[in-house]
Amino acid sequence: MLRDITLGQYYQTDSILHRLDPRVKLAGTFVYLISLFLFKNITVYIVAILFLGCMIRLAKIPFRFIARGLRPVIILLLITAGFNLFLTPGEKWLQLWTITISKEGVSNAFYTVLRLILLIFGSSLLTLTTTPNRLTDGLEKSLKPLETVKVPVHEIAMMISIALRFIPILMEETDKIMKAQLARGADFESGNFVRKIKALVPILIPLFVSAFRRANDLAMAMEARCYRGGEGRTKMKPLKYAGRDIKAYFMLAGYLTLVIVIGKCFPIHVII
Amino acid sequence: MGIIKAEKVVFEYIRRDEEGNVESIKRAVDGVDLDIQKGQFIAILGHNGSGKSTLAKQINAILYPSEGTVLVDGMDTAEAEYLWDIRKEAGMVFQNPDNQIIGQIVEEDVGFGPENIGVPTEEIWQRVEESLKAVGMYELRKKSPNRLSGGQKQRISIAGVLAMHPKCIVLDEPTAMLDPNGRKEVIRAVRALNEVENITVLLITHYMEEVIHADRVIVMEQGKVRMQGTPKEIFSQVKTLQSLRLDVPQVTLLAHELQKKGIPLPDGILSVEELVEEIKKTSHRK
Repeated sequence: MLRDITLGQYYQTDSILHRLDPRVKLAGTFVYLISLFLFKNITVYIVAILFLGCMIRLAKIPFRFIARGLRPVIILLLITAGFNLFLTPGEKWLQLWTITISKEGVSNAFYTVLRLILLIFGSSLLTLTTTPNRLTDGLEKSLKPLETVKVPVHEIAMMISIALRFIPILMEETDKIMKAQLARGADFESGNFVRKIKALVPILIPLFVSAFRRANDLAMAMEARCYRGGEGRTKMKPLKYAGRDIKAYFMLAGYLTLVIVIGKCFPIHVII
Repeated sequence: MGIIKAEKVVFEYIRRDEEGNVESIKRAVDGVDLDIQKGQFIAILGHNGSGKSTLAKQINAILYPSEGTVLVDGMDTAEAEYLWDIRKEAGMVFQNPDNQIIGQIVEEDVGFGPENIGVPTEEIWQRVEESLKAVGMYELRKKSPNRLSGGQKQRISIAGVLAMHPKCIVLDEPTAMLDPNGRKEVIRAVRALNEVENITVLLITHYMEEVIHADRVIVMEQGKVRMQGTPKEIFSQVKTLQSLRLDVPQVTLLAHELQKKGIPLPDGILSVEELVEEIKKTSHRK
């Protein structure tokens, strides 16, 4: 059961978006996030929603699957909406007992929530269409320029991919340790919050010890296979741009221009 | 000249206290000489703490000898400039299958070694395919290593070393954590490499059944080589082996006990078939 864990919620299917180079998708997500914050303008948001809708269609991912990403942040959305609604000063729109809701409050709440939802949809589209492996590859390649300012990009990417490889192994190990401790009479269920936290100590310590031992072994195995950092390394699966990637870049540029033009020319601000 | 040559190798684990003063010195390897020819299958036997793993790590230049020299294909492991060439020529497979697989997909893991030594992309794919076929794991190349059995994982580790085109493979107790089936799988793969690809194999183990096919068996105890010879020569000396706290294969032990009871059997019987033949002979004589 634990072996089947998928990370970052990758949705397996074959679509043009899945096949795109991860660098394009990273750039795309970045551009999309920027476009959401450039203007506070309903026409821009309509364009953004349409664009996202097209992308979801292209990705062949069912909408409810993407909407699932909203579930953990619903509380955050409600709180944000509430704060904006009740605490924005301005022209009175509605009076409920002692609480005043201003017109600005309504529009602020509306825009903020819309922005957050689009933000979450946009970024989960990236993780839904890209395997963690390709994502780290893409990150490594697109952040390569940072190596000139001494950011260890290759090392970070290697660490992420090793961490991903070891998560299921360490989960299994946690399971084993828990069972071993239960067999010795450990109690993880009863007691208040503090006691439950304390009960975790006999799980975490053996887990840490074993993780360090594994790290040691793995480092030796990597060195034995001539690993010596990113220099002089070739790639088994190098990232290469295909025709569709170039087209995708042009589409992104087109989208950004459209957003800027519309944002400047049709500044329709308040809807209520 | 042999592919691996060790002369009077000594290795000491030095334990220091917090101030850096030497607390104790343990000689794990004590004056070992080795001369291994290309294409040989060598087995090193010894119980826990006999220094066999420490010796193995000298060959891959993970550890350097405190005294003496180790030459791999004529290159001294103590010289830093040869380090990567030595590791390329003498691949190493470790005990724990989980802790030596780096890739998240079988084929990516096999490609890890060639990537490190800068092999061009098309050739990596070629090497990965060859190596996976050599250990019989080609069908599972797209799987996640987490879904494989221990024996399969060890075969992938072997393929990972193989893809670097080594002249010699050192296997440090590759079967210690496996079940009997997994053990057989791995040993079969190792033997195939030795016989088909003519790769020198140095197998470190404490399972007697695994060494009977070796060209030469080296028995170690307390860092020293105690016995050396063909499996037949080694297993003829049941008493000496037992004094070194090593088991002999069950068939050999049975033959030895029968011998003690006065049945005229030769020394060093290694397989059931051999024992059956010999017993038939003795009954004919009567």
